[in-house]
Amino acid sequence: MSGPAPQPFGGADASAVAMPVLALSWRDRRRRTTSFVMLALTGVAAALTVLPLLLIFFHLLRAGLSSISVSFFTHVPAPVGEAGGVVGNSLLGTVILVVLAGAMGLPIAIGAGMYLAEAQGSRTANVVRFVTDVMNGIPSIVIGIFVWAWVVVTMGHFSAFAGGVALAIMLIPMVTRTTEEMVRLVPRELKEGGLALGFTRWRTALGIVLPAARSGILTGVLIALARIAGETAPLLFTAFGNPFWEWRLGQPVDALPVRIFQYAISPYEEWHRLAWAGSLLLIALVLAVSLAARFLIRSPYKGR
Amino acid sequence: MQTSLSRLIPAWAQGNVSDRSYAAALAAFGLFIPVLFAFILVRVGVAAWPAVRHFGGGFITSTDWDPVNGQFGALPFIFGTLASSLLALVIAVPLAVGLAIFLTELAPRWLAAPIGFGTELLAAIPSVVYGLWGIFVLVPWLRAYVQQPLAESVGKSVGFFSGPAYGVSVMAGGVILAIMIVPFISAVSREVLAAVPVAQREAALALGATRWEMTWQIVLPYALPGIIGATILGLGRALGETMAITMVIGNRPDIPTSLFAPGYTMASVLANEFSEASADLHLAALMEIGLLLFGITILVNSFARFLVWRVAQRAGR
Repeated sequence: MSGPAPQPFGGADASAVAMPVLALSWRDRRRRTTSFVMLALTGVAAALTVLPLLLIFFHLLRAGLSSISVSFFTHVPAPVGEAGGVVGNSLLGTVILVVLAGAMGLPIAIGAGMYLAEAQGSRTANVVRFVTDVMNGIPSIVIGIFVWAWVVVTMGHFSAFAGGVALAIMLIPMVTRTTEEMVRLVPRELKEGGLALGFTRWRTALGIVLPAARSGILTGVLIALARIAGETAPLLFTAFGNPFWEWRLGQPVDALPVRIFQYAISPYEEWHRLAWAGSLLLIALVLAVSLAARFLIRSPYKGR
Repeated sequence: MQTSLSRLIPAWAQGNVSDRSYAAALAAFGLFIPVLFAFILVRVGVAAWPAVRHFGGGFITSTDWDPVNGQFGALPFIFGTLASSLLALVIAVPLAVGLAIFLTELAPRWLAAPIGFGTELLAAIPSVVYGLWGIFVLVPWLRAYVQQPLAESVGKSVGFFSGPAYGVSVMAGGVILAIMIVPFISAVSREVLAAVPVAQREAALALGATRWEMTWQIVLPYALPGIIGATILGLGRALGETMAITMVIGNRPDIPTSLFAPGYTMASVLANEFSEASADLHLAALMEIGLLLFGITILVNSFARFLVWRVAQRAGR
């Protein structure tokens, strides 16, 4: 930091102290310019990261809107060449899969999250927390082949059930960690109040602490459900896809992301259009759920 | 057995029967996760075993992938996964860190809020939608405005940028992965940057540092371990990403010598060939690729968690 050479106070130098801008050396000027340029570059980085978002939405709306109509939701995919192949059954399949995954995964995840919050500091809990985090990073395709080897091979065929298991395995680590965090946000005093009134531990936990953390947990659950609803890879060899209406859990079932994938890699112009429309629908679903989670439900203890 | 089980149940639950069963139930839920994890590892491992025994170490060094003749070498896939992920990091890290700096140090609230929200939305977009956009928008754009001009100028002397511009390529894969992991890296980086004490910043400014000098010389070094952790978490995500990259990387089982040539990743070959594999050895070979991918992501994620955990420990002191 070599500014102007140090001078005794007073005299002509006082003006330099009062108005340092005029007294900038060449070196200081360079430092300021560097600062300005680099900070501007961070702004460019910000713009560049938001740009793909805008482009994706622009293309989705442009290519997708024209194909969405009522029959889009109520009909099954048509063979190539026939007008109006649509995705009603895929939408139903996605709902079935997400409900199945929630029914199987949520009780385990919320229980495990309570465990992590209650057993804070124990070595076992630390191991469980670590494994949960690592599990959160398992590639979804690996979960797909695991469920194939485990459920599909055992049952002998693809099924909605297998797809539900695969999505549940993705759901569990996400919801476990948010449950833990939300339960830990509940003020100690609430729990101590319950215990002081003579409640047992489990009644305090289930009757006071869990309800207090409810909205936060619900937010985490909705965001996680929205995320698994958009998953394709774990369903390729489990739910498999199915061009017809299907609601039996033992049968292969369609899912919106799988249908989009198949349309997108097909050689037909008409199917590409449907892939865009399906994507628009999927993203509207996913964003509606995660936005609802973010804005409608706020944890009263967040930000403490 | 009795003692080891009772160690799982905390002291507070030792007295009351209902509390004891509550604690036992919670522990059962908690332990379900490591048990499931181990089961996944074992189940995939068992399914991959025939290939492990048949090919041994040659599996990961051979480049010959020919299901018809029963030849299975995974090197092109391992290479493609690593190449596309590293390219993604090279693109994503400067952008993500720049974004994080912009949001924490510079942007006024009215600007930071919508941009932060936008990156959250990017993280919420399903992989298959990225893939669709990649096929029909990104790939043609890259081919026309990046690959062709580069191949005709720099590419004549630099091998990396040479060759016919196919569009679908390692480069397209790297770019789409970069777009997908920027939100994760920047979200964690933002938290880490925001955790740098205000006193550190003020001290730097008081000593006459410019804003950039403060950021570059004081804030970033302080936050560096956390940013590295965030980067490695992003790497873990890029390695395992399946749908988007399958749709843009071109799926050719060769080791590409140019960024513009098609490649293949471990996750993509699973997505493409698994449901068509009929020969037992083919299936086992695919399972082994899954096992390798699983192993790599476990290592990468454990390392990242360890780094992030150490930063948290330091901050806690």
